[in-house]
Amino acid sequence: MKKLKLVMIGNGMAGCRTLEELLKLAPDMYDITVFGAEPHPNYNRILLSPVLAGEMMLPDIVLNDLAWYENNGIALHAGKTVTKIDRVKRKVIAADGTEAGYDRLLLATGSLPFILPVPGKDLPGVIAYRDIADTEAMIDAAKHHKHAVVIGAGLLGLEAANGLKLRGMDVTVVHLADWIMERQLDKTAADLLQKSLEAKGMKFLLGKQTAELVGGESGRVAAIKFKDGASIPAELVVMAVGIRPNIKLAESAGIHCERGIVVDDTLQTFDPKIYAVGECVAHRGIAYGLVAPLFEQAKVCANHLAEHGIGRYTGSVTSTKLKVTGIDVFSAGDFMGGEGTEDLLLSDPKGPQGGLYKKLVLKGNKLVGAVLYGESEDSNWYFKLMREGTDISALRHRLLFGETHLGDSGHGGQSRAAAMKDSDQVCDCNGVCKGDIVKAITTKGLFTLDDVKAHTKAAASCGSCTGLVEQILAHTLGGEYSAPEIKPMCKCTDASHDQVRAAIREQHLTSIADVMAKLEWKRADGCPSCRPALNYYLISTWPNEAKDDYQSRYINERAHANIQKDGSYSVVPRLFGGSVTVDQLRAIADVAEKFEVPEMKITGGQRIDLFGVKKEKLPEVWGFLTERGLVSGHAYGKALRTVKTCVGSDWCRFGVQDSTQMGIDLEEMTWGSWTPHKYKMAVSGCPRNCAEATIKDFGVVGIDSGWELHVGGNGGVKVRATDLLCRVTTREEVLEYAGAFMQIYREEARYLERTAPWIERVGLPYIKTRVVEDAAGRASAYKRLLESQEVYRFDPWAERAQGVDKHEFTPLKVIAA
Amino acid sequence: MMNAIVEKTVQEQWIEVGGVADIPRDGARVVKTPLGDIAVFRNMADEVFALRDKCPHKGGPLSQGIVYGRRVACPLHNWHIALESGMAVAPDEGCAASFPVRVEGERVYLSLTPNEHCSNH
Ligand SMILES: Cc1cc2nc3c(=O)[nH]c(=O)nc-3n(C[C@H](O)[C@H](O)[C@H](O)COP(=O)(O)OP(=O)(O)OC[C@H]3O[C@@H](n4cnc5c(N)ncnc54)[C@H](O)[C@@H]3O)c2cc1C
Ligand code: SF4
Ligand code: FES
Repeated sequence: MKKLKLVMIGNGMAGCRTLEELLKLAPDMYDITVFGAEPHPNYNRILLSPVLAGEMMLPDIVLNDLAWYENNGIALHAGKTVTKIDRVKRKVIAADGTEAGYDRLLLATGSLPFILPVPGKDLPGVIAYRDIADTEAMIDAAKHHKHAVVIGAGLLGLEAANGLKLRGMDVTVVHLADWIMERQLDKTAADLLQKSLEAKGMKFLLGKQTAELVGGESGRVAAIKFKDGASIPAELVVMAVGIRPNIKLAESAGIHCERGIVVDDTLQTFDPKIYAVGECVAHRGIAYGLVAPLFEQAKVCANHLAEHGIGRYTGSVTSTKLKVTGIDVFSAGDFMGGEGTEDLLLSDPKGPQGGLYKKLVLKGNKLVGAVLYGESEDSNWYFKLMREGTDISALRHRLLFGETHLGDSGHGGQSRAAAMKDSDQVCDCNGVCKGDIVKAITTKGLFTLDDVKAHTKAAASCGSCTGLVEQILAHTLGGEYSAPEIKPMCKCTDASHDQVRAAIREQHLTSIADVMAKLEWKRADGCPSCRPALNYYLISTWPNEAKDDYQSRYINERAHANIQKDGSYSVVPRLFGGSVTVDQLRAIADVAEKFEVPEMKITGGQRIDLFGVKKEKLPEVWGFLTERGLVSGHAYGKALRTVKTCVGSDWCRFGVQDSTQMGIDLEEMTWGSWTPHKYKMAVSGCPRNCAEATIKDFGVVGIDSGWELHVGGNGGVKVRATDLLCRVTTREEVLEYAGAFMQIYREEARYLERTAPWIERVGLPYIKTRVVEDAAGRASAYKRLLESQEVYRFDPWAERAQGVDKHEFTPLKVIAA
Repeated sequence: MMNAIVEKTVQEQWIEVGGVADIPRDGARVVKTPLGDIAVFRNMADEVFALRDKCPHKGGPLSQGIVYGRRVACPLHNWHIALESGMAVAPDEGCAASFPVRVEGERVYLSLTPNEHCSNH
């Protein structure tokens, strides 16, 4: 088949990202030609600020070097501006006469800086801040001149001012409004920011309107004059008063434009042969000026160019961060508030960055806006609550204090990315320092958390530093990466976890192959991240029909034991409620002796862990244990792990309830069940809570009048105490509530989502409605759990000791020496 | 000298290790050899591959990983390894030695002389 011709106008970040996405989907579909007005390959415009500040060099910020264009067969016309689009003959013409015909045209012309229409605006030394040429002009001016004036104290203006100051100039920022960054900050935060920038040596003139730029003897600009008659010296004037979508070319070709080039949700313009992405576009009336939403557009646009025809761009929520080293400012959403909203405020005029200020704007029970100054480690969390529209009424009293709690382990109390030194360690699991991450982001052109994980391994293990890594990413890239509203489950599909689950339920899909066929999986047999999830969704939705696919399970669940770092396995027999008998202890001792188990440990969940068992020996070890009445402890699974108990009223002088028996009952009811992530319970016999029930997924605490039920806690990396669900009186009620809560979690949480983040996502009020208020719903969820347990409450060890899955435990062949 | 040649010819022999059906689809089995364990994989398309059962990262047993397409994900830290070549999938770097395998009829034959390109024998 003859290739189609694709022409792209504008060789910038949004356009090139679209090409990259397109090449991934349909590498051979198009002959591609690119026109770019700038004489450079595509570079990372965001990083012009660090270049200006002297933190990076120009060659460092190239995203697609010339070899990339060549290797992908892209004809690049760098330095050529397209001046005409002939839509009838379907070709474009550049200023120097170069022509190119197209079957599809992609407009990615970005935006133009707005230049104040004042006398003197064309004098030498008066520039905007948009591209490499501007940046070079500033660096050069700093070498030869002293006074710089930046007009406009928005993000761009402040970054320019910061860079010029670092290059030794005397910098004054002139601003029309009464406070700086008025489009992103309220006055309080802006004043704090201004103070700390002043401490760095910048000067500010607020409420000033520029009247004229005055030339000097050399012909270069020499001063700036204001409406009030005042004037100050300026040999460099940088205008940073805003940008306008660059639509001149599109307009002249008769393509419908409003603020920007008008596109639909597939990024198509009114001419079906012509698509547009980036800052030049108006989507649903909005023209975006940050990279994150533009990349979302790029992805969707590429999909349609590749004629896959799936994916819609429905708009983005954006947030901003200022990239000035050592200062933490964040803002998102409706940060000014107003009628119908409430503000939550936290403010401390003293603080390491000249103060601390947090303002959260609530509307009803939702978070709609935020401004943070001096501490922004929770910005991602706030941003997520806003995007997902989480009901925060249960969190409200502690919302201001953020997600990070005392007691989190793993980052040595470090929580402020901006204040960290390059040599400070961020990821303690994989030993990655801040400098490594910044370097990877800037030199390898990374834009997402996943990219950073893949390249640096930071946040790729325990994940406790995810927040920090996101902060570093945001701080290095300025705009925070706003994840698409619907996050695909993995690269094999565009469907989200929730969509896949709904399809499995509604279309009655009962096998992985069915799901992949119905939902048009892109990769025939999926990948290691979707297959285990699909398998879980299937067996939890259709326990009687779906067949458990062991090849789609992680090794621990496939082998029913925990793989250790030397490739041996550990074995944990179940001790219901943490109670043991003499016979059980003896059986464990015997097995350890017989199979020469090198080490044993008592676990935090009141079990005994036998380490160092060779895989081939597992069935024999299990056979021995099952003969003596012990069953699998599922310590290896995303499953009910343990129910921990204290001794309770039988022996303890404080005990008011029989916690041990309650624990045994709960464990007998739930053992063998698979869950989205590991699931732990505990029962304490009185509020002294010796079983630590308030850091478990489901905690039960005995009280005089019955039982208190708690949900959504966990220990580990990110400690979270439970939320109180309700109080009940009888044993039967405890079992029903526990069962219903677990079943709703099993049915609705995403795979690998523990109860804590699940509850934070859906909100505690939702859980209460489902489990406490809706009695009929609770009873039926409980019933569904028991039905599923009819199938799954069995001992996998006993089966394997009898020879099931023999191939898993025996070598294919032994070749003798 | 003489010895080396003899040894080489011995190693180049094809050794029958079992039937294709003995290996689960999208799974692997281990062949124990005097030179260490070799993982023999079978994917959805019934292609068979053999790699040293040792991840180039920290030696994890690749035979225990999840197989998909022509790749396996290491069970210890989730590196992805290409089954044909044993090369780690970028951005990770490293390789596990790969071994020639042949399927004749339903039988799988393995050679113990690793392919050349990887030094991690
Ligand atoms: C100094 C600076 C700092 C920034 N910091 C951040 C930040 O921290 N975070 C963030 O998210 N965003 C930031 N931005 C904004 C971000 O860089 C832009 O949103 C993004 O680059 C826009 O991408 P685009 O492809 O739409 O436009 P551009 O990247 O501007 O690309 C458009 C290209 O098209 C070319 N062009 C235009 N017309 C024609 C024509 N007729 N023929 C040929 N070529 C043409 C232009 O020369 C230009 O190279 C910053 C921008 C600047 C200038
Ligand atoms: S929680 Fe109460 S009943 Fe249980 S051991 Fe502690 S003090 Fe005794
Ligand atoms: S040992 Fe294989 S990924 Fe670490």
